[in-house]
Amino acid sequence: MDAFRRSNGAWLPLVLLSVTAGCSGSRGHRAETLRIRGSDTMLMLAQAWAESYAKVDPSVAVEVSGGGSGQGIAALVKGTIDIANCSRNLKPEEAAEARASTGKDPMEFVVGYDALAIFVHRDNPLEEITIGRLAQIYEVGGSLSLWSQLGARIPAGRERIVRVNRQSSSGTYEFFRDHVLDKRDFQLGSLDMNGSKEVVELIASTPGAIGYSGMAFATPDVKVLRVRAAEGTASYAPTIENVLSKRYPISRSLLIYTLGEPGPTVKKYIDWLRSSDGQQIVADAGYVPLAVNGKVSAD
Amino acid sequence: MPRSWRKLREAPIEALIRLCGISATLFVLGIFLFVCREALPLWNNEAFHLSEFLFSDQWYPTSEHTKRYGVLAMIAGTFGVTLLAMLMAAPLGMGAAIYISEFCGPRRREILKVMVELLAAIPSVVWGFAGLTITSRVIVRLTNADVGVNLLNGAVLLALMSVPIIVSLAEDAFKAVPDSYREAALALGATRWQTTWRVLLPAARNGLTAAVLLGFGRAIGETMAVLMATGHAVKIPSSVLDPVRTLTANIAAELGEAPEKSTHYQVLFLTGVLLFLITFVVNLSAGLVIRRERSQ
Repeated sequence: MDAFRRSNGAWLPLVLLSVTAGCSGSRGHRAETLRIRGSDTMLMLAQAWAESYAKVDPSVAVEVSGGGSGQGIAALVKGTIDIANCSRNLKPEEAAEARASTGKDPMEFVVGYDALAIFVHRDNPLEEITIGRLAQIYEVGGSLSLWSQLGARIPAGRERIVRVNRQSSSGTYEFFRDHVLDKRDFQLGSLDMNGSKEVVELIASTPGAIGYSGMAFATPDVKVLRVRAAEGTASYAPTIENVLSKRYPISRSLLIYTLGEPGPTVKKYIDWLRSSDGQQIVADAGYVPLAVNGKVSAD
Repeated sequence: MPRSWRKLREAPIEALIRLCGISATLFVLGIFLFVCREALPLWNNEAFHLSEFLFSDQWYPTSEHTKRYGVLAMIAGTFGVTLLAMLMAAPLGMGAAIYISEFCGPRRREILKVMVELLAAIPSVVWGFAGLTITSRVIVRLTNADVGVNLLNGAVLLALMSVPIIVSLAEDAFKAVPDSYREAALALGATRWQTTWRVLLPAARNGLTAAVLLGFGRAIGETMAVLMATGHAVKIPSSVLDPVRTLTANIAAELGEAPEKSTHYQVLFLTGVLLFLITFVVNLSAGLVIRRERSQ
């Protein structure tokens, strides 16, 4: 079902726009509309924010849609949205294009953190993995294809490592490629899922599988591996403490972008996202908030 | 009523009906031209080579080093799933058609035909869901495959989806065989089975071929069920238990997020042109086979 929604992602914002435009027109008391689009990883979080913001400022309607980080940036440059959600950093060429076509620089705001969790089937005896070995599993010409090579005994007939991956336009896919594979190409033949939820579901039903997604997608049906940066160092689980202390090696910022300096409505919204109320929603969604014990961490 | 008045009144209705009649042609041409127009800028694109598109299995539309756009693995996936589906659906559909048209009574025939039509009415996303949650697990249990979402899983679903088309068209083909053939065979002392096997099957040959070809056309264009059920892996399959990706599923999964007017976007439209040509050839050959039968 998720795949269906995803494949029609291009149409969804249009439908949403026309529906909500009709609503706000008839109600008449919504003075302004904030349009937000982008990252699939951040979609549920952004929707939770939008719902709660209706109580903070009822005069502002917040419309959220997904489509992927790249789509959000493209829509921001086109001027069809106010805020782009992005689960990776802006690429230099995207910034250059924004400057060339609008004369404004995109402004970046950190609104939370996420750890990229590595999942295996719950019956897999493996407990931890190094970044180098992950790369050897996923990259072109990688040398690891059997669980026994990792020292894990999987019941007979399940010797092969089944690589679960994301579709090539996902921000999570690009983050994994940039930070685990060091920008090398993925080996073809992995099962490329259209969403983080599908990745976890497939791993839960496939004993030989390994995959990755945002930490908020972990379920009791899969095992989350501890990750070590290099051979001989300690391994860490993707927890809030390990992400904030930067000990977990593959964590990232959840970002939003505006085009140029944000206007008063957008600024108020972003300030609220980064306030303790907004950050509580980040924690509730399963991600890592900016502030812990009242201390706001640096951007 | 004066004749001229009636003529005047009928003219707009006639024009309207004529427009309805040719609208299908207009739509097909319009869609084909639109898809071609989106893919056309590729001809002047340095990064794109048609031979690579058709004969390379390297699909790296977002690589950081060299972007490569080869769809050979997906062509193999599409034909692998569809041909295996036809291997299952053709005998099943033919058998059902023979039973419905030759061996069962009129009451049961009506019930069976309604059930076959009902099978055709199941939405493909429901098939995909069944593939994801039921057949894939059955396959893992029976074959000890690494993953249940694979070529075989997709083929089973496509077979079930194209059986209704094959049954109804094959049944029409059997019905079109004159009763005099059956009477002559029975008069010669043939059993019902001998009549079916040696007389009806050869006589209905062309209609049956067309039925399978149109079932093939239905299966090759299917998107949603295979997107959900085949594992979506870019790999030329070496066994029926390998996960594969089809051309249709690739378009559905990537078009929504490919930046507009990028090479990736245009290549996906070219994939659409390729699919259009494949189904066009399949349907055209089915049409020619049927015409040959009529002229005989």
